[in-house]
Amino acid sequence: MTVKNMTVKEITNKVLNNEELFLFDVRTEDAYQDWKIEGENFSYLNVPYFDLLDGVEEIVGQLPRDKEIAVVCAKGGSSQMVAEMLVEEGFENVYSVEGGMKAWSEHLEPVKVNDLKDGGELYQFVRIGKGCLSYMVVSNGEAAIIDSTRMTDVYVDFAKELGVKITNVFDTHLHADHISGGRKIAEQTGATYWLPPEDAGEVTFDYQPLRDGDHVTVGNTNIDIHALYSPGHTKGSTSFVVDDQYLMTGDILFIDSIGRPDLAGKADDWVMDLRETLYTRYKELSDDLIVLPAHFMIMDELNEDGTVAEKLGTLFEKNHGLNIDDQEEFRKMVTENLPPQPNAYQEIRETNMGKISPDNEEQREMEIGPNRCAVR
Amino acid sequence: MNVTKTLDATGLACPMPIVKTKKAMKDIEAGEVLEIHATDQGAKADLTAWAKSGGHELLQTEEDNGVFKFWIKKGE
Repeated sequence: MTVKNMTVKEITNKVLNNEELFLFDVRTEDAYQDWKIEGENFSYLNVPYFDLLDGVEEIVGQLPRDKEIAVVCAKGGSSQMVAEMLVEEGFENVYSVEGGMKAWSEHLEPVKVNDLKDGGELYQFVRIGKGCLSYMVVSNGEAAIIDSTRMTDVYVDFAKELGVKITNVFDTHLHADHISGGRKIAEQTGATYWLPPEDAGEVTFDYQPLRDGDHVTVGNTNIDIHALYSPGHTKGSTSFVVDDQYLMTGDILFIDSIGRPDLAGKADDWVMDLRETLYTRYKELSDDLIVLPAHFMIMDELNEDGTVAEKLGTLFEKNHGLNIDDQEEFRKMVTENLPPQPNAYQEIRETNMGKISPDNEEQREMEIGPNRCAVR
Repeated sequence: MNVTKTLDATGLACPMPIVKTKKAMKDIEAGEVLEIHATDQGAKADLTAWAKSGGHELLQTEEDNGVFKFWIKKGE
């Protein structure tokens, strides 16, 4: 018997359009508690597939007959089996999520943020399952990519479709939650790969050091990318001002949270860097800059059009992490009671330094789970 | 360790390793040990959780050249 599949692209559209969906997650309870597909109007049931091998009779009462049900597992095999059993029980609107949570983790949704002055364009790539955000700045036949994921084909193909050449690739810092595709894209396209040298002390490959005040122009038009040293999440963390309008904050400042300083192992040392960046360096910038972070943590941080973006002035008013007057209280917030660290974050850092070279399957496993780069 | 039965589930993707494990468990008695070989990355977490929910005891796990090995003692 064949079962209808639902793609992660279709699920993404349901998330962005606030549609209803009943998710029947058949992974283990631990895996489900750790990380699941989030949607404003999604409802859930979690029963591991191995408790359903003898039949689904015991749980069918907990599933709606009048709603679309998407069965999801780790990779799409077990969900197919369970979905087939449900079809045999007479359920009609049952789908198996193609590729499971692995596909969900890897899906990138390109969303246009806006046109730039002088005819350029700015795109945000929303990695919706993991909460990672990367960017493509396009102008006059050239493109720059910031904080790319390891799904490099998506960017290369996207640039090809737009008919632009990727000339510059940046990472705002050495990532600990996901494997960067920056180096690979640069190798493939001949682009320059920029990294902040303070984060790159142990890297095993050549890169272009990115320093405070560096200007990189994309295309012939004047779409400057201006690097701003903003340490705190890592020692080298660097922000970008693009086209005098956008502030790419990396993992320093998010919409509803701020970066955590402990993933490279130096929470206590970097607390004051983080405070200085958020409370002094960013304060000196224009309130009208639109903040484009490298992550989101919760679906509430998405705007209606699917972008994750907010005015800096609004964040200074509303983001709790920017409104803690007492330094000691701030220190406690960003160093104590932190959420668990991202899955395999040490190995991910080593991969991004070029020290280890896991294969594709291993890279997937390393990236399982949410990004967890923030404190709220 | 006294292994009563060995199951080769290498090359099989989820859910097959557990489907086969469950079946193989029916062929042994309570207190006897089943040895399982699998290559699916998800097998470790799933077999651990499955053994627990079924009242079996996961005695030992090992990874050898990409092959995960499990020893599960059948529960009462």
